[in-house]
Amino acid sequence: MISSRQKRLLHTVFRQVLLIFTSLVILFPLYIAISTSLKEPAQVFAYPYAWIPNPIRWQNYPLVFSLVPLWRFLFNSVIQSTMTTVATMVTSAFAAYAFVYVDFIGKKFIFLLVLATMMVSGEVTVIPNYLLVQRFGWVDTYWGLTVPFFATGFGIFLLRQFFMQIPRELYDAAIVDGCSRIRYLFVVMIPLSRAALGTLAVYTYLSTWNQYFWPLIVTNRTFMRTVQIGIAMLRDEEGDAWHTIMAGVVVVTLPAIILFLVFQKQLVRGIVGGAVKG
Amino acid sequence: MLQNQRNSEKSKQLRRTLGPLVSASLYLAPAALILITFVYYPLLRSVYLSLYETDFLARPIFFTGIGQYQELLSSPRFWDSLRITFLFTLYTVPFALVIAMPVALLGNLPVRGRTFYRTTFICTIAVSTAIASVVWTWMFAPTTGVMNDLLRLVGIAPIRWLQDPRFALPAVSIATIWKGLGLNVLFLLAGLQGVSDELLDAARIDGANSWQSFRNITLPMLSPTIFFLLVVGTIEAFRSFAQIHIMTQGGPLRSTSILVYAIYRDAFINFRFSYASTQAVTLFLIILALTLIQFRVVERRVHYQ
Repeated sequence: MISSRQKRLLHTVFRQVLLIFTSLVILFPLYIAISTSLKEPAQVFAYPYAWIPNPIRWQNYPLVFSLVPLWRFLFNSVIQSTMTTVATMVTSAFAAYAFVYVDFIGKKFIFLLVLATMMVSGEVTVIPNYLLVQRFGWVDTYWGLTVPFFATGFGIFLLRQFFMQIPRELYDAAIVDGCSRIRYLFVVMIPLSRAALGTLAVYTYLSTWNQYFWPLIVTNRTFMRTVQIGIAMLRDEEGDAWHTIMAGVVVVTLPAIILFLVFQKQLVRGIVGGAVKG
Repeated sequence: MLQNQRNSEKSKQLRRTLGPLVSASLYLAPAALILITFVYYPLLRSVYLSLYETDFLARPIFFTGIGQYQELLSSPRFWDSLRITFLFTLYTVPFALVIAMPVALLGNLPVRGRTFYRTTFICTIAVSTAIASVVWTWMFAPTTGVMNDLLRLVGIAPIRWLQDPRFALPAVSIATIWKGLGLNVLFLLAGLQGVSDELLDAARIDGANSWQSFRNITLPMLSPTIFFLLVVGTIEAFRSFAQIHIMTQGGPLRSTSILVYAIYRDAFINFRFSYASTQAVTLFLIILALTLIQFRVVERRVHYQ
């Protein structure tokens, strides 16, 4: 006979085993990427499949940096994501502020027009946007990569929701004391909204870093490629050299994973909070 | 005198409406400029282009009206890409949920290391679709890939995943489900926070087993989240591009040529901008319909609470 204490212990062990197993299954593709990036070429083509890299070959990493301008791709992606994030925060903060603190006619309707932009996905507008960017002479420039994403309905919506939670009395008191509206935005609202701005920043940065369709269309020259396009191209150029391709994959994904681990709370809040549009 | 007074009254009122309007426009100007230029104008331009025949530089040549829509609707290739898109949706969306549900329930267990497990379960939200596609292309490699090695271990003959028209779309779907798992689990975990503990406790006291509690309490209370994920997943499936572009280029034998990929090919490889715009407008209408359905239901959920 097993006692109830033993039963409970068994239960705990069973749960932990289940959780660890699930984690391993989910992490499996990431393990394949990392382990392959450390293999010798002979092991990559080995049959049956070599599950553990032996010997470990770190040279794949310097190799991938010498095969393609990976530093340049990383630099491009950092510029692209930083520009988009900063601009989105500025345009969203101004617009959201007007929607909360200025009572103008047609406010509801204009806000609806802003929300409606969330329904227009980039795939639908990609052709005219490409033609427009081409006419501006922005193909293969950072402007072309980023300007179309300098404002989003999502960003405005997210900040508006947050601004509305800050007590209106604070605003009224400040105005009575002679504080101007624009000054209030910078001195009170923005410091108070650090959490929401952080959420928007992390979300925008990550989704820009991971963009694929638009950077593919709007960059032609190698030195203007972003990391995502660079890695996809590496695959076309290197064919079956999976050890170097996976080294590139790890280099490109690591910043995103670190960002995710450090700012998980903000990110989760942004994704879940932004989805409840009701 | 009275006239004057009335006039000044009027101008004061005018100032009271115009003042806020002017300052609102200043605050809204940067965002409005971007959204009008890169969302509203292109949307209208897409419709415009779809009504004209264009040359290879996308210059309109002559008006065709709904001619291209007729051409589209009578083109077997369009129906084929629509069918493949539906199939892709069918492969990815329900399975993603069926897999994500037990994972989320596991992540909700009150165990040691829960934060760690949750982080692991949602980590694919940090991985881009492009990267996921490159990794899975390697995993699906015909002779040297790990997926066929797993099949070998359980005694199944190797499959030419991405080179076989029968398996290419399922293979792309598997990669897509993996990439989307994090987001699905994240929303289900958030939804599970809203499931009342008292109800679950009461059910347990009444002798309900865990399956009964899940079936009769957790699942109904999660239904808004599940519905939301179904719609968002469907929209995502209709928007999918990177995995096709990287894993199969629409092949083999066009078996994975989903709608957005067809638009890409028509516009940026064949330079048939107007015909591609016709498809883009069609895609927009589909996404619009899906979004409206979702709004309707979200609204209803708010009323229930």
